[in-house]
Amino acid sequence: MIDLDRHQSLASALDEAFDRYASDLCLIEADRDRERARLTYREVRAAALLLAGELAQQRSKRVAIVMTNQSKWHVAAAAAFRVGATVVPLDPKLTPEEHGALLKHAGADTLVVEHHLWRRLAYDGCAIVTEAPPGAELKGARRFEECAGPEPAPVARGRDDPACIVYSSGTGGRPKGCILTHGNYLTQLKALLDKYRFERQDRYLSILPTNHAIDFMVGFLGPYACGATVVHLRTLRPEFVKDAFPRYRIAYAAVVPLILKNLQTGLEEKFRALTGPRRPLFSMLRWLNRVLTKRRPLLGLSRRLLKPVHRGFGGALKAFFVGGTFTEPRMLRFFYDLGIQVANGYGLTEAGTVVTLNDFDDYRPDTVGRPLLGTEVRIADAGPDGIGEVQVRGPTVMKGYLNDPELTAATIEDGWLKTGDLGRLEPSGHLQLLGRRKNMIVTAGGKNVYPEDIENVFEGLPAKEFCVFAEHVLAGGKGERLLVVLRPDGREYLTELRDRNRRLPDHKRVSAYVAWDRDFPRTASLKIKREALAEEIRAAGGGTVVDL
Amino acid sequence: MRTQEQTETELLDLAAAHFKVDRKKLRPQDDIFQKLGIDSLQALELLTRLERHFGVELPDYELQGVSDFRTLAERIFVRL
Repeated sequence: MIDLDRHQSLASALDEAFDRYASDLCLIEADRDRERARLTYREVRAAALLLAGELAQQRSKRVAIVMTNQSKWHVAAAAAFRVGATVVPLDPKLTPEEHGALLKHAGADTLVVEHHLWRRLAYDGCAIVTEAPPGAELKGARRFEECAGPEPAPVARGRDDPACIVYSSGTGGRPKGCILTHGNYLTQLKALLDKYRFERQDRYLSILPTNHAIDFMVGFLGPYACGATVVHLRTLRPEFVKDAFPRYRIAYAAVVPLILKNLQTGLEEKFRALTGPRRPLFSMLRWLNRVLTKRRPLLGLSRRLLKPVHRGFGGALKAFFVGGTFTEPRMLRFFYDLGIQVANGYGLTEAGTVVTLNDFDDYRPDTVGRPLLGTEVRIADAGPDGIGEVQVRGPTVMKGYLNDPELTAATIEDGWLKTGDLGRLEPSGHLQLLGRRKNMIVTAGGKNVYPEDIENVFEGLPAKEFCVFAEHVLAGGKGERLLVVLRPDGREYLTELRDRNRRLPDHKRVSAYVAWDRDFPRTASLKIKREALAEEIRAAGGGTVVDL
Repeated sequence: MRTQEQTETELLDLAAAHFKVDRKKLRPQDDIFQKLGIDSLQALELLTRLERHFGVELPDYELQGVSDFRTLAERIFVRL
């Protein structure tokens, strides 16, 4: 691994990686079941330098990247860092209007973008377009593949200089552009690699686009610092995601809970399909593995005991990283008991991605783990139950919001970042996260209820999607009750729904459900957009409410 | 060569067969997710079936912003 303490900027850290691992495999790009390209570290640097030459000629200072999950994302970022520019990663799933607004807000003078996304955009800065079909009308934009400027000299940047402007809410409302410095990233990277280090040539499967903060850390900077290989899969289709693990002998992958759930369902179906003596034999081996790995994971042992499961993932899998939202403890336990570690954590863009991360020395899937090295977490204004606002201080906390000193001052006080999330710190140092403050519901009885907390209890019901709201949110101001929105209709499993609901304390019980048959709106990282869903339901007159 | 209407009809036939829903209940203007009762990952699975049937490549992003069968059929049609 390269020595991150020696570096002042991401460009210089990447440069050392390019030198040190020059002939190692850096990137594999795969689409469905086909492989498109393989590039060594030397070749990635060469590609980045060609683009950097163009950026230097354009005098680019802020380079926005709007691309789906692919290797040119890395090339574009490495090129921008080389010329000392700030990178603005944008979510490719936003609408053209949202892209336009954020590009303007960020003051992006250059845009590196996939052709199909660029076609829909109105952007008058310098556009560099990838994968444009031959003969496509580019109206002054440049083709990425034809960029071949002379190699520019590296532009030095310090730890306090901005590296990226990352938008923490691109879905309406006031744009919040978090300024993250080179120092923020270098410190965060060191702390992450302290817990989970890639071995040279370990393979990381990238299925989330690199604008996603987790993929940026563990699917770009992390592997490069260690000389690992990143496999980009340009589709999220479950059948190809499953195949990619054995095909490329993947060691790590970052996923969102929805994808993890899909993998779990696939495994459960296979277990159910076992016939004859194989079924009890497998159950016994699973039990044995659970007992033997109770205190700590024993990867070698689990791989031997539960060979078919591990072989299905290629036999090299070490861990999944999961983040982006709340992950159900039972799902984490399901994988852990099979000898598959799922590192869940808690993070937010304002804190440079990760704040806490679960490790396996003292695994607590009911929590989001302990703070990373160098990061302090405290609970402000805690009530008698120990629950209060999670606040974070440390070297990974952002410099502030772009062009918004007022919001910055309201968010960071005396170095403490006010996250707006509610949690409780356990004596062991594990953080229990209860929900987002903005989602918190105050019941008629004056109790605070966190929808995420209730949703955990409904996990595993045969509903495809569900989401808990206060009635007045869906019914335009009226009603104090708690409702769960279910898709599809809950009639088929009403008994189980009622049973689970009964297990909740009185004040957390939902009173009714709303049957909803449209796909829930989600962000690129597949988080449910609660506000947008509530708005759809309000627009439809509140949906059909069925009392439980 | 298929017409746009033929593409639409074939898309509806395939979707009905793949997700085991009554073909008679599907209309081009219907919402894909609502009518089939599927989530975004399942919708992506349908793309693979469509690719094989129509012999064209349909990247995941072709589903972005699509909610009804007609729009999806249009996106397939321009790639034929």
